[in-house]
Amino acid sequence: MITKRFVVKNKVGLHARPAAEFVQTVNKFRSEVKIKKGEKEANAKSIVEVLSLGVERNNEIEVIVSGEDEKQALEAIEHLINSNFGEKE
Amino acid sequence: MKQLKGIGASTGIAIGKIFMYTPKQLPVNAEEKDSLPFSEKKEILERVINAAEKEIDALYKNTRKNAEKEAEIFQAHILFLKDPTIIKKIDELLKQNFTLPAAVKKAFEESVAIMEKMENPYFKARAKDLRDVEERLLRKISGIETQSLSSIPYPAIIVAKDLTPSDTASLDRKNVLGFVTETGGITSHTAILAEALGIPAVVGVRNILSEAKNGMLAILDGSTGDIILEPDETTLARYRQKKEQYEREKKELEKVKFLSVSTKSGKTIEVSANIGKTDDINIAINSGADGIGLFRTEFLFLDREIPPSEEEQFNAYKKVLEAFGSKPVIIRTLDIGGDKQIPYLGLEKELNPFLGVRAIRLCLKNKGLFKTQLRAILRASIYGNVKIMYPMIAIKDEIIEANNLLKTVKKELTEEGVAYKKDFEVGIMVEIPSAALNADELIKYVDFFSIGTNDLIQYTFAADRTNRNVSYLYNPLHPSILKLIEMTIKASHKHNKWTGMCGEMAGDPKAIPILLKMGIDELSMSPSKIPNAKKLIMETE
Repeated sequence: MITKRFVVKNKVGLHARPAAEFVQTVNKFRSEVKIKKGEKEANAKSIVEVLSLGVERNNEIEVIVSGEDEKQALEAIEHLINSNFGEKE
Repeated sequence: MKQLKGIGASTGIAIGKIFMYTPKQLPVNAEEKDSLPFSEKKEILERVINAAEKEIDALYKNTRKNAEKEAEIFQAHILFLKDPTIIKKIDELLKQNFTLPAAVKKAFEESVAIMEKMENPYFKARAKDLRDVEERLLRKISGIETQSLSSIPYPAIIVAKDLTPSDTASLDRKNVLGFVTETGGITSHTAILAEALGIPAVVGVRNILSEAKNGMLAILDGSTGDIILEPDETTLARYRQKKEQYEREKKELEKVKFLSVSTKSGKTIEVSANIGKTDDINIAINSGADGIGLFRTEFLFLDREIPPSEEEQFNAYKKVLEAFGSKPVIIRTLDIGGDKQIPYLGLEKELNPFLGVRAIRLCLKNKGLFKTQLRAILRASIYGNVKIMYPMIAIKDEIIEANNLLKTVKKELTEEGVAYKKDFEVGIMVEIPSAALNADELIKYVDFFSIGTNDLIQYTFAADRTNRNVSYLYNPLHPSILKLIEMTIKASHKHNKWTGMCGEMAGDPKAIPILLKMGIDELSMSPSKIPNAKKLIMETE
C-alpha cells in the first residue's frame, strides 16, 4: 500500500470533468484506490463517491493505492493532478 | 393574441407552430417487491446498462461535432451509469426482493440526495446529471420511450421548461424553428446551444408552459425576448417583414465577413477582434476577424494565488498565434491593478485606483512579473505574427523603460540560445489624453498606436465610466475626443506609421464613418460586431 498527499490546483476542483478523468485513470489499473479528504473517504473508482467528497481548488487530498500495480497507478494519478487535469489556463 | 416576455438568448425571428416538449417522469414505485430470482434481474440490469451506454456514447459523438465542451458531460454520464457504488447498492436491493425499477430508483435517489445537499453549486448541479442517467435507465428497463426531440412532427418552435444536454443531443434540427424555455438564463444549456446552432431562442419566459399549447401559432423574437402567442394578421405581417429583413441582412453579412475589406476610395482597413481568453479564438475566427487587435492577457493573472508561470503564459500566447498564422495578433501586456484585487501582488489600497498604479505603471514597478510576461511572448513569437502593445502610457519615459526591459529580455534569450522572432512591431495604447496630445513625440519610440477609447473618454471628461450619474459625459463623438483621435492618427501617419482603435467606439456604426474619414488604419472590436463593421466600411467613401 502506498499513500501520497496532493493539493488540487485546477480551477474547479474535482468537479464533473476532472472527476471523470480521475475515475477513468484509476479504472485502468487493478489496484484499489481511495481518496481521503479530511475524515471523508471515497472509492476512486466511483464517480459518485469522488464527487460527494466535494474537493475544491486548493483542498488537500490523500490518495491511497494498494494492489499489484500500485506504483504505476500512483504515477498516473500524480501526472493527472500535476497537469491540472489537462485544464488549459 | 397574447404577448410574453423573456430574455433574448439567440438572435433571429421564428414564426410557426408550437411543439410542447414536456417529457413525463416514469411512474416507479420505489417500494415495490417481486419474487423474481436475483440472477434474472441482474441479467436484465446488465443488458440495459449496456444499451444505455451505447445510447449515451452516440449522444457524445453527435454532440462533439458541434459543441466539444458540451459533449464532455456525457463522459461523466457513462461513469454514473457504471458506478460501482451505485451498482453495489442496486444489487443489495435486488437481493432484498425489490423490483428492478424500484432498486434502480432507490439506489440513484440516495446519491442524488447527497449531491443536492452539497454547498458548492458546481457539485450540486451534478445531481441533475445523475437523475438524467437514472431516467434513461428506467426508460430502458420499462421499454417505454418517452417523448423525444429526435423526431419533431412538424417544423416547430420548441417550448420546454428547460432543456438538458440529453434532450438536445439527438435534436431533429431540420424541424426546429426556435426554442422557448420557462426557466434558465443566457448561460443555460439551451441558450449556449441555440447560439452555437444559430437557432433563435428566448429563455426565462414565465408562464409559457401554461399559456402555450401544441400546434398554437407563435412568434419568437430572439433579439428582444418577445413571444407572441396567436398573433393577429397585422402583427404577423409586421414580423414576417422583420424576419425577411433580418435574414436578408444576415445573408449579406455572411458574404462579406470573411473578405478583406476596403472603403470606396480604396483604402484597406483591417478589422480585428478583441479577445480576453484563448477560448475566444474560434469565435473570433468564425466572425471573420482579420487578426487580433487586442489580446487581453489579464485572464492569466486573475483568480489565483500565485502569478502564472512563464510556461503557462507561453502556451496561451502560442495557442493564439498558431491559430491566426500569418494574421497579426497584438498582445497587450498586463493591464491590471487599481480596482482589480490581486492578492499575490500585494498592491497598496489606493484612494483613486483609476489614477493609481495600474497597467504599465504596475509592470514597471514589478519588473520580475513584467519580464516573465515578455519572455513568454518572445518565446511564442516564432509561432505567428506577433505585435506587443503597452497599456496606459502617459509619457515617453515609460516607453523607453519598457523597451529597455524588452531589449534585456531579448539579450538574455539570445545568450540562452532560445529562439524568438527578431523583428516585430511594438506599439502603445493611447488612452490617456497626455499621450494623444504628445503623440508626435511618442510615435518616435514605437511602431504603432492603438486608441483605447473607453479609458480615453473617461480620462478626458474626468468621468468614471461605471458611474451612471455622470454617464451623460460618456460621449465618444464629442469634439474633444474626436480631436484627440485625429491628432493621434495624424502623428502616426506623419512618421509613416499606423493607428488602430480597440475601444468600444471601434465597433460603433455611428463612429466608423467618422474614424475612416480621419484615416484610421485598423479597427478592433468584439467578434460579434465584425461582420456589420466590414459591411459598413465597404459602403463608406
